[in-house]
Amino acid sequence: MTAFIVGAYEHPRRDIPDLSVAEIHAEVALGALADAGLAPSDVDAYFCDSDAPGVGPLSMAEYLGLRCRYLDTTETGGASYLSHVGHAAAAIALGKCRVALVVMGGRPRSLRRASGPDLSGAPETHHETHWGITDTVHNYALAAMRHMHEFGTTSRQLAEVKVAASLHAQHNPNAFLRTPVTVDDVLYSPMISDPLHRLDCCVMTDGGGAVVVAGRDVARRLQRRSVTVLGHGEAAKGTGTGRPDLSYTAAVWSGPAAFTEAGVTPADIDYASIYDSFTITALMALEDLGFCEKGKGGRFVEDGTLVAPHGRLPMNTDGGGLCNNQPDNRGGMARMIEAVRQLRGEAAPEVQVPDCRLAVVHGSGGRLATRSSAATLILGREDA
Amino acid sequence: MNTRLPRADFTPSDADEPFWAATTEGRLLLSRCESCATVIWYPRPFCPRCGGSEVTHFPASGEATVYTYTVVRKARGEYRDLTPYVVAYVELAEGPRVLTNIVDCDPADVHIGQRVVLAFDAPDGARARLYRFHPETG
Ligand SMILES: [Zn+2]
Repeated sequence: MTAFIVGAYEHPRRDIPDLSVAEIHAEVALGALADAGLAPSDVDAYFCDSDAPGVGPLSMAEYLGLRCRYLDTTETGGASYLSHVGHAAAAIALGKCRVALVVMGGRPRSLRRASGPDLSGAPETHHETHWGITDTVHNYALAAMRHMHEFGTTSRQLAEVKVAASLHAQHNPNAFLRTPVTVDDVLYSPMISDPLHRLDCCVMTDGGGAVVVAGRDVARRLQRRSVTVLGHGEAAKGTGTGRPDLSYTAAVWSGPAAFTEAGVTPADIDYASIYDSFTITALMALEDLGFCEKGKGGRFVEDGTLVAPHGRLPMNTDGGGLCNNQPDNRGGMARMIEAVRQLRGEAAPEVQVPDCRLAVVHGSGGRLATRSSAATLILGREDA
Repeated sequence: MNTRLPRADFTPSDADEPFWAATTEGRLLLSRCESCATVIWYPRPFCPRCGGSEVTHFPASGEATVYTYTVVRKARGEYRDLTPYVVAYVELAEGPRVLTNIVDCDPADVHIGQRVVLAFDAPDGARARLYRFHPETG
């Protein structure tokens, strides 16, 4: 690949009752462009999800003052933005565009909007929506329960994912939850949907983020340190003919595709940003991406593996979705931006991974126990 | 079947009408592809495995085992005041894994691998009845 993330910006706020979603889009879009040292007039490609206000990408592209020759509204839930970056890199390589702006934002917190897809009109709707799966957590709990049954994973092990996130979030002044928690804190928090407790669940925040992707010619003349897009993979997993296997996620396909394209292996990775809508989401992704054997994710996350800067695999050093930010109930953008910070050496000093050269960003979307997406990026330091 | 859980409250589309009409008669219809013999779930008028369009229907035996489950303790909408209740994937004897509720039991007694039996909500003249399962007795 020959594309670079040249600018990134995460909205600093987590509760935004006073701005429209369009205004949030504008703030993060302009923030990412300013970070890159570019202007809206430099942009010729725009990427957004289906939550962007207006008609597909048209309303927001106009609102931001863009003249685009490439548009992409790939919608795979919280993984969308990783796919957008992969698609932007491919389009840049083909000469279809030069500077791509990827933007997302939303206000589920102030609008009290529940997470999860709208299944009305979908062919599966009457076979999935009448049994009281009223929240996304109920669906993920089905996968967590099965994982515990098949592999012996424990609630204490799932809690380690939250503990690591909370240890990181204390160093992030913008994080929604900044107080470190213990395994017992997670276990004694209210059970929401067995086996997932309240503290196994991510935060619900307003906000958003944006990144700018550009080719080598553009990246070379910018002052800011850029991040290389080395590999990309994406996949979708459903219930097939009606025999869903909850022991794995679509990361078993997106991960190898990204690692192969980048020509690296999980052992080469210095830092990981992994989607953590729930503790089980991250734990299964770690297995499926190949950081440990299938079923050994629980054992893998014990003993501070995920804690920066010196754990074996520092993960989500901004506090992740579990503590920092899950804007619009979609975590892919915020996770990607923290990987950019790590590779630029601009993470919080307490959690900056020393000599961080290679990072994986993994996103998922939809619902793990029915149909879900996965997107994986391998990102490298400018000189990687 | 005794359950406090909500009854069907929707009008099936034309394509789904035969499936839901069968539920009002106490039958859970499964679809089989005549080309590759796959039992298809959820129902659709073609086979997502081989693309075949000759699909026939037959009633499920009603025997199943719990593949996974969760006890929901916080919910929204019409389910909000009905917690705790059990949502599960049950594996039908015919193969498909189906989302449903496990009812007529203490949620604490539900476990993966448990044998369960199909039951429908009591008839009430609606155009659809929800399929749920309860533990096998005796
Ligand atoms: Zn077939």
